[in-house]
Amino acid sequence: MNSANQRRAQTGWRALALWLRIRFFSLDQPLFWLMMAIFVLSLFAVYSASHDDPDRFINHLRNLAMSLTLMCVLSQIPSVQLQRAAIPLYITSLLLLVAVQFFGETSKGATRWLNIGITRIQPSEIMKIAMPMMLAWFIHRKEGLEGWRNWLAACLMLVVPTLFILKQPDLGTAVLVAASGTFVLYFAGISWRLLLWVSLAVLMLVILLITLGDAACAPDISWPGLREYQRQRICTLLNPMQDPLGKGFHILQSMIAVGSGGLVGKGWLQGTQTQLEFIPERATDFIFAGYAEEFGFIGATLVVILYLGVVLRGLWIAIGAPTIFSRLLSGSLSLMIFTYAFVNLGMVTGILPVVGVPLPFISYGGTAMVTLGIGLGLIFSIARDRSRVTQGFSLQR
Amino acid sequence: MSTDFRVRATVAALAVFGFFGILILRFANLQVWHHEDYAVKAENNRVALLPIQAPRGKIFDRYGEILARNDAGFSVEIEPARAKNLDESLAVLTDILSLSPAEIKRFKRSAAEARKFDSVLLKSKLTDAQVARLVVQIDQLPGVRVLRRNLRAYPFGSSSSHLLGHIGRLSRKDQEMLEQSERASEYFGVTHMGKLGIERSYEEQLRGEVGFQRIEVTASGRTVRELALRPAVSGEDLLLSIDFGLQRLVEAAYGSRRGAMVALSPKTGEVFAFVSMPNFDPNHFVDGVDSDLWNELSNSIDKPLLNRALRGIYPPGSTYKPFMAIAALASGERRPQDTIQDPGYFMLGNHRFRDSRPEGHGTVDLKKSIVVSSDTYYYKLAVDMGVDVIHQYISPFGFGQKTGIDLEGEAAGILPSSEWKMKRFGKEWLTGETPSIGIGQGYNSFTILQLARATAAIANGGKLVRPQIVRAFRNPLSGKTTEIPRAPAQELGFNPEWVNLVKDAMVGVNISGTSAGVFRGTPYTVAGKTGTAQVFSLGQNEKYSAGRIAERLRDHSLYIAFAPAEDPKVALALVVENGGFGAASAAPIARKALDYLLITRPAEGKVLQ
Repeated sequence: MNSANQRRAQTGWRALALWLRIRFFSLDQPLFWLMMAIFVLSLFAVYSASHDDPDRFINHLRNLAMSLTLMCVLSQIPSVQLQRAAIPLYITSLLLLVAVQFFGETSKGATRWLNIGITRIQPSEIMKIAMPMMLAWFIHRKEGLEGWRNWLAACLMLVVPTLFILKQPDLGTAVLVAASGTFVLYFAGISWRLLLWVSLAVLMLVILLITLGDAACAPDISWPGLREYQRQRICTLLNPMQDPLGKGFHILQSMIAVGSGGLVGKGWLQGTQTQLEFIPERATDFIFAGYAEEFGFIGATLVVILYLGVVLRGLWIAIGAPTIFSRLLSGSLSLMIFTYAFVNLGMVTGILPVVGVPLPFISYGGTAMVTLGIGLGLIFSIARDRSRVTQGFSLQR
Repeated sequence: MSTDFRVRATVAALAVFGFFGILILRFANLQVWHHEDYAVKAENNRVALLPIQAPRGKIFDRYGEILARNDAGFSVEIEPARAKNLDESLAVLTDILSLSPAEIKRFKRSAAEARKFDSVLLKSKLTDAQVARLVVQIDQLPGVRVLRRNLRAYPFGSSSSHLLGHIGRLSRKDQEMLEQSERASEYFGVTHMGKLGIERSYEEQLRGEVGFQRIEVTASGRTVRELALRPAVSGEDLLLSIDFGLQRLVEAAYGSRRGAMVALSPKTGEVFAFVSMPNFDPNHFVDGVDSDLWNELSNSIDKPLLNRALRGIYPPGSTYKPFMAIAALASGERRPQDTIQDPGYFMLGNHRFRDSRPEGHGTVDLKKSIVVSSDTYYYKLAVDMGVDVIHQYISPFGFGQKTGIDLEGEAAGILPSSEWKMKRFGKEWLTGETPSIGIGQGYNSFTILQLARATAAIANGGKLVRPQIVRAFRNPLSGKTTEIPRAPAQELGFNPEWVNLVKDAMVGVNISGTSAGVFRGTPYTVAGKTGTAQVFSLGQNEKYSAGRIAERLRDHSLYIAFAPAEDPKVALALVVENGGFGAASAAPIARKALDYLLITRPAEGKVLQ
């Protein structure tokens, strides 16, 4: 009797299902499922770190949904359109960075935020996306980086915003912004020789720090180019026992949490270091300490493997990307996710100094979730271009 | 370009592999190789041990008088880790509690040694008004707590202070001592320990066992839950053989005079009285004595901190003669009937040794030599025996040796011999030094405790007992009493006839001899011997006024006695420093003590066995 209606309804459901499937499957599948796995881990980790504030877990769910939505929406934008956004985005965020210098809000000794009436924004965060887009577009337009003028221009584009951010001061973000730009230049063809020398210099510096650490960390010595608190962070890393209840407390307690987790961990919600609040910032920058305490070496390794998967898949997408712009952008964004993960995990396990870098897609906090959601959305978008090229058809009408 | 990109992407991928590999190695380093270390650290973070003080055992005299007890009182403690602004808090507390700078200094010193979540005692024995003011302001003083705590109290103040001793805060030195003897764990969380006297010697029984509450704490020190509880075990009560009534009587008899007195049972060695005068109030020492009082006590020429009964060494003077008499008989150097002529002096070569009685005592045999206290008899006896024979036959009485009393810090004194002199001074013994030995002078120097025990050995017919102050332990919960086994008396092997002869002579002392006047009319028979010991010199650095010097150069007055002579229940020895002639100062105190033990106490139904 109602077969026509039924059929119409069925057709409607089917159409919706088909549309969703197309939209959904148009996302790069391996990358998507890797992301989902990381999201699931983040739910466990943030829940465990939220016993003192149940709202935190709800907020985290909201942040994840927001990040996922951004990812899906951005993935639908063709990369040609993305190219057009490069210059306006870069210039806007640069202007906002300048504005922060004059009108920014200061908290905890750093001026990072800008109040724009409806909400507060952090322009340096936008720069993390704007920087690689701008450089990728610039190199795309010049079809490579031939000639010293182009090099100089590219370097200026990289250095100017970085200096502004360093001045706020915000070492963690400056490192990430500089890294995102540097990765673009790397993929665009920095000479191997230069790269080798820089790597060697960095290696020497690290070795020098470790061997001369004690002398260089004497209280009355200052280091050129670094602020006192930055010098102290590095010194604390070299010898956390110098001040176990003060500056060394973060690193020490974090290492105790990770180490006490052992092979299989103490069990979810059973980590004493995190549940008894021995870990500072245990839901945000130091969330991995509690996670590794509760899930052990196996859980910690799993996280690294998932990030490895995401980064390698991102690089794979970059290799197959059709244009210089999309290649450079997706390659650089993939390596930026790597940088986030490596800097955060290195800091939590005490091999890198404490800088404010969250663990991507796991740490509690909306800002990073939005930035990373956008970044991944761009990679998904480029992945779709790639599938169009390689598979020879478009699902878009 | 595309190939180059592919190469660069591959290199980047390899670098990512490498860096993530470093991370995994780091995880393995922390979580697998060093897991144990970090697990212990995490556990130490999480768990705090709160000590529960064990009630210290109480001390009772033989008739149940309480001599040391625990008073509950309020005290203030500060947990420095939780005090936001310690100096500010201390300023407020100084106002409320009127703390002295010394108290604050003491607090800061202990706070510097305390561990993270330890509370540090600031002041105890708060008044009600102070507690009230503190409780009102406690919210503005983070980390400050007002606690009910047990405080050691000695209800009779300075009475018997040398015997009881006192407890005191564990000092850094105590802590080091405990760590060296690997007993530090027994004192974890314990704030006080016995420092002197019985409190120190019986520390182990009195202390009990500290209990613990294992709690889980957050980083900010908040308690989450109790993990385990081990209750404290109370210390054992001590039951002394001391008759505290006698103690106080003797102390009162001394008044402001200095000296020491020991009374004990010749049968068992249990100590009835153990007095050292002057004394001090041990209550001031429980939470650390303030520097003014300390200076006053330690610089006083009366030396109130010296336990004269245990550590003071004195020449015995003529109280030595009964022992010399027995030694003479035992060595065969004299028979009882042997006599000498006492012209009032003894000549050795060209040197004249004077008798205390210038005209002499005429014909003197052994018994008379004791009754009238003839010096000449003993000058000659000593020279006839020689110092080493004297040493041989006197040392069984325990002179110059520790008695083994259950108090720490006993002095040994000196019983001279030629070997001792060679060792001590690197010089040969001179015959000219021997006569003085015979009358208890010269190098002879013994504790009053030794003298009392030796007197007991005459009283009991020649047995050396071990003096013991604590009779039994009593469990404060079950009330079960455990007697402390006594060391058996040591038979000295003297012929009973000789001992009885000397006993008779000592009874004679109180019938017709030197102290007959003092003991006139006693319903019991007393054997005794007076002694007067010369004070040789004062220490070189001691500066006294001329009047004081004269007083302090006077002879020490000594007395030994036992009674009833036919069945001795008590033997005693005492000294009154600079008290002059033995019968003048010391004997009257002995009389008071014996009257008390043998008349007053039995009238109260307290009869000595």
